[in-house]
Amino acid sequence: MIARLLRPRAAPGDAHRIVPPTGITAVLTAFVAATMSFLAVFALALLFSTDRLADRWGGALAQTATIRISAPPEQTGEQIDLTLAILKQTPGVESARPLTSAEKAGLLEPWLGPEMPVDGLLLPELIEIVETPEGLDAEGLRLRLRAEVPGAVFDDHGRWRAPLIAAADRLRMIGSGAVAAIALSLAAMVTLAASAALAANTRVIEVLRLIGARDHFVVRAFTMRFTLRALTGAAAGTLLGLVALLAIPRAPSADTFFADLGLRGAEWAVLLVIPPVAGALAYIATRLTAVRKLREMR
Amino acid sequence: MIQFSGVSYSYGDRPLLSDVSLELHPGSFHFLTGPSGSGKTTFLRLCHLELAPDSGQLEIFGKDARSLGRDAIAQTRQRLGIVHQDTRFLDHLTVRENVSLPLVVAGRSPETEEENLAELLGWTGLADRADARPPELSGGERQRAALARAIITSPDIVLADEPTGNVDWDMSLRLLGLLVELNKLGRTVLIATHDLNLIRQVKSQVQARVLRIRDRTLQLAGTDL
Repeated sequence: MIARLLRPRAAPGDAHRIVPPTGITAVLTAFVAATMSFLAVFALALLFSTDRLADRWGGALAQTATIRISAPPEQTGEQIDLTLAILKQTPGVESARPLTSAEKAGLLEPWLGPEMPVDGLLLPELIEIVETPEGLDAEGLRLRLRAEVPGAVFDDHGRWRAPLIAAADRLRMIGSGAVAAIALSLAAMVTLAASAALAANTRVIEVLRLIGARDHFVVRAFTMRFTLRALTGAAAGTLLGLVALLAIPRAPSADTFFADLGLRGAEWAVLLVIPPVAGALAYIATRLTAVRKLREMR
Repeated sequence: MIQFSGVSYSYGDRPLLSDVSLELHPGSFHFLTGPSGSGKTTFLRLCHLELAPDSGQLEIFGKDARSLGRDAIAQTRQRLGIVHQDTRFLDHLTVRENVSLPLVVAGRSPETEEENLAELLGWTGLADRADARPPELSGGERQRAALARAIITSPDIVLADEPTGNVDWDMSLRLLGLLVELNKLGRTVLIATHDLNLIRQVKSQVQARVLRIRDRTLQLAGTDL
């Protein structure tokens, strides 16, 4: 008796049951929604990762600058002192210090290897500048140095930063494009599935029309069915994507792109949006298709 | 309620109904007779707005059938109950769900009409088949389910095409008794049948007009039934 009472019946609230629950379109919609949501997880991870990468590359280099002193050995010390004095007076400079020989050797190590003796090389002196968050007037400093310290060359890393930021921006665009393409593909596939389902259920629609169902009722029945299928599929796909994302091994170096691939902190919450968005896309696609198909049936 | 004025209808080049005029008044009971292929089913389908007349005027509930849009046709059909000869159901739903479908379509909850539903299923002998699916039903059971579905909303007009064609005599009388009861409640009933015994049986209970389609026109049958 209780089972009988609990058994779902066709009522206004579950009009979708009027559409037969089985068939290839049911499986197709859920499968496509799951696959697209799985891919969306990675596309979003890519998007956030490139965003962070762009910020990190841009931010890290933007806060530092270097002055290279290329002068005869007897003038080097004097020019370093003069440069440091100028920097002390320059607004926007938080700190400035000459790099030690070991630090300079460390900069060359990636290219020359750890075994290469660099003591014999005549290396220019380098002064590392850490800027305040407000930054310094690069052009003004460059002009002053040119006038007062002829051997000093100011480098604000702009020429290194620009292509890195451009590359990160391009990656970010690709990530956004991938998310948009996934959303469009999902809408297209649901449209196809809904068209097929409407064609396969002509008899159902005829029966409903015969007993006085308005187009609105038929459209709602189909949209409910497809939205629920897409929601279910998308939830499963997102969950699988989440597990796969967590399973990616971390790269040992924190400086590589792959070390940053994934989601951090509040970004994880974005995954919660995927199933409702997939459901909304399915709703819109099915509704438009059903309205169009019913008009054709007139 | 339904008024035919010089209505003609053809299937392709073959004229089936020609210059038919008739008015079905509220609370009237009509039988429609005629040989097979004479146009009885076509007449009912015209009444149910499944077909549109080639010429003439057909008015339903005071509105010209040709002027009705899709939604208006659907709303009109909610006031009509129909039993087709080729009974059509949603095969994935149970008999109970199929019978209550017009309630759902009309925005009424089957739960609140559970008592009526159970009574109707009992009256049509389908109480023990309520949870079966339509493909599991016999021809007679399908007809009874179709009749139950047609009258569950207590429509203004009931149209039935050979509603007792596949059921035994006792059940036929029982089903007709149901339509007679509805008629006594003020509903209009139009039954297409060629079972004269059935017509005689009903005529002894209510005042029923018998219409006959002959030579593509509608005639009032004589008293020789």
